[in-house]
Amino acid sequence: MAEAAPSDQHSVGLVTAESADFSGPFPLASGESLPAYTLVYECYGALNADRSNALLICHALSGHHHAAGYYDLEDPKPGWWDTAIGPGKAIDTNRFFVVALNNLGGCHGSTGPTSTNPATGRPYGPDFPTVTVPDWVNAQAALADRLGIERWAAVVGGSLGGMQALQWALSYPDRVGATVAIASTPRLSAQNIAFNEIARQAITADPDFREGRYLEAGVVPTAGLRLARMLGHVTYQSDDGLREKFGRAVRTGDLDILQDVQFQVESYLQYQGKSFSRRFDANTYLLMTRALDYFDPARAHGDDLVATFAAMKAKLLFISFTTDWRFPSARSREMALAALRAGREVSYVDVDAAQGHDAFLLPVPRYLEVLGTYLRGLEPRP
Amino acid sequence: MTLRPDLKLIAAMVPEGARVLDLGCGDGALLAWLATHRGVRGYGIEIDESQITRCIARGVSVLERDIDEGLSDFPTDGFDVVVMAETLQAVRKPGTVLEHMLRIAPRSIVTFPNFGHWRCRLELASAGRMPIARHLPHAWHDTPNIHLCTFADFEALCAERSLTIYDRKVVNAHYESTWAMNHWPNLFGTIAVYGLSRPGA
Repeated sequence: MAEAAPSDQHSVGLVTAESADFSGPFPLASGESLPAYTLVYECYGALNADRSNALLICHALSGHHHAAGYYDLEDPKPGWWDTAIGPGKAIDTNRFFVVALNNLGGCHGSTGPTSTNPATGRPYGPDFPTVTVPDWVNAQAALADRLGIERWAAVVGGSLGGMQALQWALSYPDRVGATVAIASTPRLSAQNIAFNEIARQAITADPDFREGRYLEAGVVPTAGLRLARMLGHVTYQSDDGLREKFGRAVRTGDLDILQDVQFQVESYLQYQGKSFSRRFDANTYLLMTRALDYFDPARAHGDDLVATFAAMKAKLLFISFTTDWRFPSARSREMALAALRAGREVSYVDVDAAQGHDAFLLPVPRYLEVLGTYLRGLEPRP
Repeated sequence: MTLRPDLKLIAAMVPEGARVLDLGCGDGALLAWLATHRGVRGYGIEIDESQITRCIARGVSVLERDIDEGLSDFPTDGFDVVVMAETLQAVRKPGTVLEHMLRIAPRSIVTFPNFGHWRCRLELASAGRMPIARHLPHAWHDTPNIHLCTFADFEALCAERSLTIYDRKVVNAHYESTWAMNHWPNLFGTIAVYGLSRPGA
């Protein structure tokens, strides 16, 4: 069912993905490099005359370049952040020229493990080099150059996307006006890494994983991907959120202990896992969770978050959600206080929402009001 | 932009270019005024959702948090002045908050309503009811003001904690100062603006 018809006045309407090819070599943090790469992206709104209204959207683990609008009139679902992006919405395309891309190593069109390795003529698969959040930001900067954008009015992202927004302010302090990091963290906790590792083990233990060369073998490790997604999905939700949605409701009538799937929450998770395993590449999942694990910008600043924020110039907005236990409010609060100590212009809002980490993708009224109010204050000329 | 009269009194006590932390900053009016007119770089702390949005709308740096959850993670000497306007009476541990304020900055500016005003005394003495007045508009069971005190009480607390009062302005509900309240502040003053500094300073 369509959440909003393309004719909706607050929808960006029909959009098309574009792609940009870059010749390498593109050096990576690991010391390796990519000979050449392609980035797919979408743009919404119009770039103003002095190119001061560009806003970059950074995606999270399972996101991509299709952040808003529809591809055709039959499209059942809009882009993944359509609740926030559009004319008159929090990320207002009447004011901003919004760019969203699929990151390097992704599986939605940008160069990644499913792309052909020019050295072998076969898919990269497990040979795709390790990429980090700073690598992504460097690739995004190359795209910004291509689009003629010297400076972003704002770089905005949730979760892993928030990490990229922070990295932008560190890697390119003169190219970012404002950084908006939603439900994010300055580094993963041991618990976060532990969950990622279980997800990775689920994938690599699948016999169809074939040490990452499943594409060449013509198989897909769907069972592993499904498990990884189910695990991840539970960590994105709150206890309260799941209770509200499903409680202990059973699928049909009475409990039947001979049945495989009993509770609504089980069938929901299985559905999430199944649909994800059809559209996501296992090697990309491994690569993205590694990028999450490695992210720790304070390391280069003596493990000092205050020094990290002192190296930035952008002003900052942090938003967290009270029931997010994956990247809890305390992490955003810690960043906000470090930014304050570093003398940055910074605001922090802790939104009371029941939906856990996933709230950043949902139409939570206060969250979208704060985001919209903040971005309106950035004063780019349309 | 005209500033609310009580905030005007505070603003007059903030030096040019100071780093200011405003506890219970409300809609950010003071910080916005200080930024424009005094070159002040300030941060507000607020708990009320709609007030926070107003701060963000006027470009004031604001951090959502509950003062009662503590201020210990704010750095010692991280600011020049900590301001707390009409908030002291609403916090759980006013003494602890005052001590933190003077740890975070060498100077603090505090305002609060006077429970020792003659109208309050009269109402309590004659009607035997908790007073409701222009500067104390809430019923006893539905008020954020859980720690009401008189000027004398506050000054006793400062003495007990060795906090120095370097300035005091006493005004009425119209933020005017009169001859009577200069002589008998605890009887005739409704609101006081105190400037505090560290012990021995």
